[in-house]
Amino acid sequence: MKIRSTEDHNVKLHMTAMIDIVFQLLVFFIMTFKIVEMEGDFNVRMPLAAKESTSIEDVLPDLITVKLKVGAEGKIAGIDVDNGVDGDSYFDNDMYSRLTDFVEKTIDTEGDPSEAIETEIEFDIDYDLKYSYTVLAIESVSGKIVDGKVKKLIEKIKFKDNSEQSE
Amino acid sequence: MRFRKDNNSEIMEGDLTPMIDVTFLLIAFFMVLINFTEVDRAEEILLPKSRLAIPPTVRPDYQIILNLDVDGIVKFGGQQFDQIDFLDSALEREKSAAQIENVQPRDISVIIRSHQDTPTGLVQKLINKCQQVGLENFSLRVKEKINY
Repeated sequence: MKIRSTEDHNVKLHMTAMIDIVFQLLVFFIMTFKIVEMEGDFNVRMPLAAKESTSIEDVLPDLITVKLKVGAEGKIAGIDVDNGVDGDSYFDNDMYSRLTDFVEKTIDTEGDPSEAIETEIEFDIDYDLKYSYTVLAIESVSGKIVDGKVKKLIEKIKFKDNSEQSE
Repeated sequence: MRFRKDNNSEIMEGDLTPMIDVTFLLIAFFMVLINFTEVDRAEEILLPKSRLAIPPTVRPDYQIILNLDVDGIVKFGGQQFDQIDFLDSALEREKSAAQIENVQPRDISVIIRSHQDTPTGLVQKLINKCQQVGLENFSLRVKEKINY
């Protein structure tokens, strides 16, 4: 019996099929690739509706109320602020930076840093005000950027319930 | 003149190894970067931008993502709710699902992704609806504004 020698045969892998699949995968990932902008959060403390009947002033050591007033086309018309001792109204273009200054001043006058942490903001926002203006106000009271670093101001934020205003 | 007949049947093959190496590297790169979490995001919702919002570093034990558009339509869990009032049963279902995983309603993180032009009153209405089923931990999601 003659045994065929296999020594001279070159074993060749067929790369075509693999390369086809690999390129299809590559095309799939390239087509579905999308650069997504990062998203961040503002945390809002919202007690249950049933607890709202209790007076907030009795529970909280300090409260700043911020009223955001709506103007034409859902834009912001003005901001009223009140910390129980002092109050002010802003209507000009730099109302947000003035709001930040007011909050910062209020916290600084607290003296005791632990009390500043306890300070809470309550937003009273007109129903039709566009959400982007609300976010700007939340940003203004949350902190400010000083020399490229974020200085935190107030972390406790809540909304006064105005959801029934339009009805 | 006589031409030499080319009887050489050997197939000319380039060295494919570097190309395959690079291709696999590219596939690995795109596979790592692909983001499947976008199923929770409604693309048509344009979030407001903020410089101070920091991307969350720790994922909460249980989170609910509510997408609210300009007209008050809520998209949540692959479903669309034409009015905020229709959300009750879906929220109750989520609450029950969280309790099975030993997560209390107050620990459920409700992430609100609202369009920048939505009236704030609608956002408050959505928050109220969540409060009615015992949820109280809210996060307002915004797009990170990068300072250059």
